[in-house]
Amino acid sequence: MRSLISIEELSRDEIDSLIATANDIIENPKKYGELCRGKKLATLFYEPSTRTRLSFEAAMYELGGNVLGFSEAQSSSAAKGESVADTARTVSCYADIIAMRHPKEGAPYVASQHASVPVINAGDGGHNHPTQTLADLCTISREMGRMSDLTIGCCGDLKFGRTVHSLIAAMSRYENVKFVLISPEELRVPSYVRHGILESGGIPYVETRDIREVMGELDILYMTRVQRERFFSEEEYLRLKDSYILTKDKLSGAKDSLCIMHPLPRVNEISVEIDDDPRACYFKQVLYGKYMRMALILMLLGVDA
Amino acid sequence: MNIDAIKNGYVIDHISAGRGMELYTLLGLDRLDCSVAIIKNAQSAKYGRKDIIKIDGEKDVNLDLIGYFDPNITINVIRDGECISKGRPELPKRLVGVLTCKNPRCITTTEQELPQIFKLTDRETREYRCIYCETKAPAAGKSNG
Repeated sequence: MRSLISIEELSRDEIDSLIATANDIIENPKKYGELCRGKKLATLFYEPSTRTRLSFEAAMYELGGNVLGFSEAQSSSAAKGESVADTARTVSCYADIIAMRHPKEGAPYVASQHASVPVINAGDGGHNHPTQTLADLCTISREMGRMSDLTIGCCGDLKFGRTVHSLIAAMSRYENVKFVLISPEELRVPSYVRHGILESGGIPYVETRDIREVMGELDILYMTRVQRERFFSEEEYLRLKDSYILTKDKLSGAKDSLCIMHPLPRVNEISVEIDDDPRACYFKQVLYGKYMRMALILMLLGVDA
Repeated sequence: MNIDAIKNGYVIDHISAGRGMELYTLLGLDRLDCSVAIIKNAQSAKYGRKDIIKIDGEKDVNLDLIGYFDPNITINVIRDGECISKGRPELPKRLVGVLTCKNPRCITTTEQELPQIFKLTDRETREYRCIYCETKAPAAGKSNG
């Protein structure tokens, strides 16, 4: 029995296989409509997360399965002081697979150590969110038609943005991938990414503060939110915040084939005027996330199409 | 100063001067019922000064922890008054109940019955990380408070 706590637990072959399954689901949805008939997914969400929870639920329903669970800690036995381990053991008696979101880092890992069914980490604090990365990878594969020979720009908060770290780790496994890291000085990628992944793996990268000067090189632009509370002073925030908001004007000079991504929710870092641009892929990313969650549920349940 | 030779037990040698007591506490030697000697500031040809711990008894001591504490320490195993092995300790793959995770967002902060476990993630830099939240432990040998 296998769980998924971190994206790094999946080999490149397994990721490619999940993307292939997602592609097949998109092309042949009927083939998958009954595969999880009689199976139940428990969504244990200790903090609100509308999109991720609905994506998991939609994924299970589209596989013909059922869903049970809770969407905030107050409505669960956690409010009475039950441990994650005990909840995982208990829910294993009712469900065939668990998706857990928890504000504390490591909670889904604890659940996976005590559950007798597979546990999927649906986000644990700022730590891991592997199904977001699966959605990102599927988007790149489908929108670009390849996973190699890509220049990937990551823009915004690269220090605390875990989705960026996971994306860099996952995409570094493919050939001829180059990263362009666009952020204010205060929010550059942490050393475990710069040294532990990029430099140790011999992956080419450049760091810049100016999105305009690199826009023309990018195949992919992965935007993240620059949050006010990440800055040492209000003045710094006000000075820098507009530099990392994507507008039509900043897109001038970008490739026609550029794929603009964002893990969502967006606040103001991508201007709504870009939503209708064919290069805007962030809502497709949400859709691909559901298909990848379907593929993952099938893999962890050992169900073959 | 003379400390009697031991018959069966361990001599933990080449401890950095002044850190003998810290290692004594880490290894839980206060719980042993045999003789234990801490020698502070002994002369060392190699280091100038060093601390030494002698444990007079074949007790169950978690010697792996010494590798985490300081890889330059040497451990002599004494049987029937003879030193039967002398060597540097290995870095333990896991540290259980030795360090406490300091990440306020770690699950161990709210579920305190969970064992505190750190795993060795980089042998070269002697890096340990919490198995739950993967937060890096303070550099080996520094106090974790």
